[in-house]
Amino acid sequence: MIFVTVGTQGSFDRLIRAVDEWAGVRGRSDIFAQIGPSDFRPRHIRSAPFVGADEFKKHVEVANLIIAHAGMGSIITALELGKRIVVMPRRADLGEHRNDHQIATARRLSENGRIFSAMDRQELHKRLDDLQNPTTSERLNSETSSDLIRAIRTFIEAKNIRSDDKGCRRDSPGRMPRVVHQPASDASRTVKRS
Amino acid sequence: MLAVASGGGHWIQLLRIGPAFQDCDVTFVTTHESYRSQVVGYRFLTVTDSNLSTKLRLLKTAFEIAWIIATERPEIVASTGAAPGYFALLLGHLFGARTIWLDSIANVDQLSVSGRRIGRCADLWLTQWPDLAKAGGPYYVGSVL
Repeated sequence: MIFVTVGTQGSFDRLIRAVDEWAGVRGRSDIFAQIGPSDFRPRHIRSAPFVGADEFKKHVEVANLIIAHAGMGSIITALELGKRIVVMPRRADLGEHRNDHQIATARRLSENGRIFSAMDRQELHKRLDDLQNPTTSERLNSETSSDLIRAIRTFIEAKNIRSDDKGCRRDSPGRMPRVVHQPASDASRTVKRS
Repeated sequence: MLAVASGGGHWIQLLRIGPAFQDCDVTFVTTHESYRSQVVGYRFLTVTDSNLSTKLRLLKTAFEIAWIIATERPEIVASTGAAPGYFALLLGHLFGARTIWLDSIANVDQLSVSGRRIGRCADLWLTQWPDLAKAGGPYYVGSVL
């Protein structure tokens, strides 16, 4: 079972077409795709414009491979459930996104081996052929970096911490004085204190 | 506390820092009604989704957020982006709330547009990539992955 998703930002027909072609060539009939608000009707894969959050999770759970745009929602959900994911980044020059940040995300996260990425149709087909042997990747720890959680927690609990106030209050005399400055190293110091 | 994020990756990252909100009286604000079931037991509100290419909707989002800030009067506003979170931090800051911005892990080479601009209103201003951290903020302490 393969689950394909283009996320919540709108259609991404270049990805769906590429997967549909591959499904036709390889005779795969176990692919379901969330394709966004698109007029494109895939011939070899089942599809729906959107799926709710719970249903989305179920689709990821039953799949042994996820194919997606390079959106963090898709990537994090796949990693949390221990699924391999191949992403194809949306491109601004093709009107697929407002900017090219997905290309950078895909490049960086595939460099450190967490995900697979494919820039175009050919590369995607090659990746999909390579990934035919079913294995699962390591499940992502269900909790975020504990340092990050602790830093936020410490900030929430310390009622009087304000970082260096750089703008919004500068011209407001009589406002609450800045109690604590947070220089560059302060976040890590707060962590150690707790 | 007000915890704000757009749909998709922003929302999932907000949930991943959820353990830090333990014991807080949290109201979640996002752009998709279907996320309600993921935060059962908490107050849950939705606002209009918008971005820089939908200027009119951006205005609508800003008004909706303003209304929420004025009625909820949060002590803390936290966001992982994007536009609704930007407005929530800006207006929350003006109303005297302490503010947390965690820039999305998707922003690898540079901060998001809202993340760059919100720095001066963010009391805790964080990036998830060490090489984007700077003295004076944004700071790096870890990521959601």
